Amino acid sequence: MSAAGPLPTVAQRSPPDAVNPMSQALLTLSGVHTHIGPYHILHGVDLSVPKAQVTLLLGRNGAGKTTTLRTIMGLWRASAGTLTFAGRDITALSTPEIAERNIAYVPENMGIFADLTVRENMLLAARSAASEKQMDTQRLDWIFGLFPAVQKFWNYPAGKLSGGQKQMLAVARSIVEPRELLIVDEPSKGLAPSIINNMSNAFAELKATGVTILLVEQNFNFAQKIGDTVAVMDNGVVVHSGSMQELNQDAALQKSLLGLAL
Amino acid sequence: MNNPDFDWMPVALVPLLALLVLPLIGSGSTWLTLTVAGLAMGLIIFVIASGLTLVFGLMDVLNFGHGLFIALGAFVATTVLGSMSDWTMSDQLWRNMVAVFPAMLVAMAVAGAVGLAFERFIVKPVYGQHLKQILITMGGMIIGEELIKVIWGPQQIPLPLPEAMRGSILIGDAAIEKYRIIAVVVGLVVFGALVWTLNKTKIGLLIRAGVQDREMVESLGYRIRRLFIGVFVMGSALAGLGGVMWGLYQQTVTPQMGAQVNVLIFIVIIIGGLGSTAGALIGALLVGLMANYTGYLAPKVALFSNIALMAAILLWRPQGVYPVTNR
Repeated sequence: MSAAGPLPTVAQRSPPDAVNPMSQALLTLSGVHTHIGPYHILHGVDLSVPKAQVTLLLGRNGAGKTTTLRTIMGLWRASAGTLTFAGRDITALSTPEIAERNIAYVPENMGIFADLTVRENMLLAARSAASEKQMDTQRLDWIFGLFPAVQKFWNYPAGKLSGGQKQMLAVARSIVEPRELLIVDEPSKGLAPSIINNMSNAFAELKATGVTILLVEQNFNFAQKIGDTVAVMDNGVVVHSGSMQELNQDAALQKSLLGLAL
Repeated sequence: MNNPDFDWMPVALVPLLALLVLPLIGSGSTWLTLTVAGLAMGLIIFVIASGLTLVFGLMDVLNFGHGLFIALGAFVATTVLGSMSDWTMSDQLWRNMVAVFPAMLVAMAVAGAVGLAFERFIVKPVYGQHLKQILITMGGMIIGEELIKVIWGPQQIPLPLPEAMRGSILIGDAAIEKYRIIAVVVGLVVFGALVWTLNKTKIGLLIRAGVQDREMVESLGYRIRRLFIGVFVMGSALAGLGGVMWGLYQQTVTPQMGAQVNVLIFIVIIIGGLGSTAGALIGALLVGLMANYTGYLAPKVALFSNIALMAAILLWRPQGVYPVTNR
């Protein structure tokens, strides 16, 4: 389904037509180590997320993808290394301070507030709106076009939604206001193919408005369709990074990395 | 609460308990007197417990020092009302209210201010450590009680009801104490204000969301610690208000009164489902009614009755009557 109307842009800039390896990075991780209790999970992650592109983080289960996202959000602290966002060091910032820099995050468990209604979940994510009346209706119409279930179940408790509907709500909630960077942990998880298309459309439209997107994904077909750049993780480090185009054209590389990624 | 799927079964427990004991009591007028007394006591306990349940729900903080704010509120009220004896001795209700209302406001302000310091110096260093929270907040309450003794003296102080609030009104053969009706009205106003805040404001939405998943609230860009401090101060202030109401209910105040009520309020928030305001109301009403009914029917088991009530409810719903999802 296409957008219901024109979408306000995050910033006045044109999205690149093709992957430009020299694109300026919006988010950079340099030598990031993360410990969770006694466990050393990330062993020096180097990752660059170019502006206004879709970056895919691939890797088998336990490779450290989710830990990388949580470290970016400050939910787990980096024990070494630096994280830079829009040219500023965010390594020591708290989670709310990081989110306030216009970064939206959808965790692996979706983070839906089950006891709140769909409307309340959306209102909560709209930081600048004190009430439903102050929410951007044009943007809401666009979101309803992408994810009709959000509109259909507007006044239902979010806990009553199906897994796929919750996933749609989680992504819809993250884009209720314009954000500079959108981080989503496995957006296609548990979704029907038709909804995956809507999700792809949503990311494509967001990218067109200049939003930078970082996704962890296990579904390689989905990743191939929407990704501009790709980073593959294994054992807590990034073992490959490059363009999705390059990966698509290099059968040998695809074979070696796909074995790792899926 | 505006949810069409709202679970009414716990709400039905309150009238169910009242109706079940009616044949045991026999006399309708005695039953009515006890029921109003139970509801009044329940609503006072709710005012005290409402902040505590949110404090636990939001930040997993077990504040065993909550009772301190009850005692503090009551002692502040003795000072304020003592200085306004011309107004409290009047037989006109509005003049009494002019004395009681500022006493409540000052008690709330003092309890809230002390709550702010309590959070900063006692609770903040032990976030996420339940055992230390229990020990240090109980220690904080003991120090607070001793400070109350230093300021107001160790002995119990009378807190007589203002003149026009004394006595009873007769409904049929049932004598209903006037103050209990006032306590019910104040309790319902506080409950209404809390429900409105929690359901109709963005701050309330943040509190309800924070109780379910504080990490996600932070990921959305909200500083939950500031919210928690606000809730802690509000909860302390409400405990101070509850202390004034409890002191007037008992007509005496002692430095240990907080510790005595502490057990009851923990029973209430456990019955309610830790973190649930509606649950705390149901728990408080059940505890208030049960205390009054058993006090009349079987005084020897009165102390045990609320523990038995909690055990029975937890056998039915192990996480309390309104479990908070996601926790």
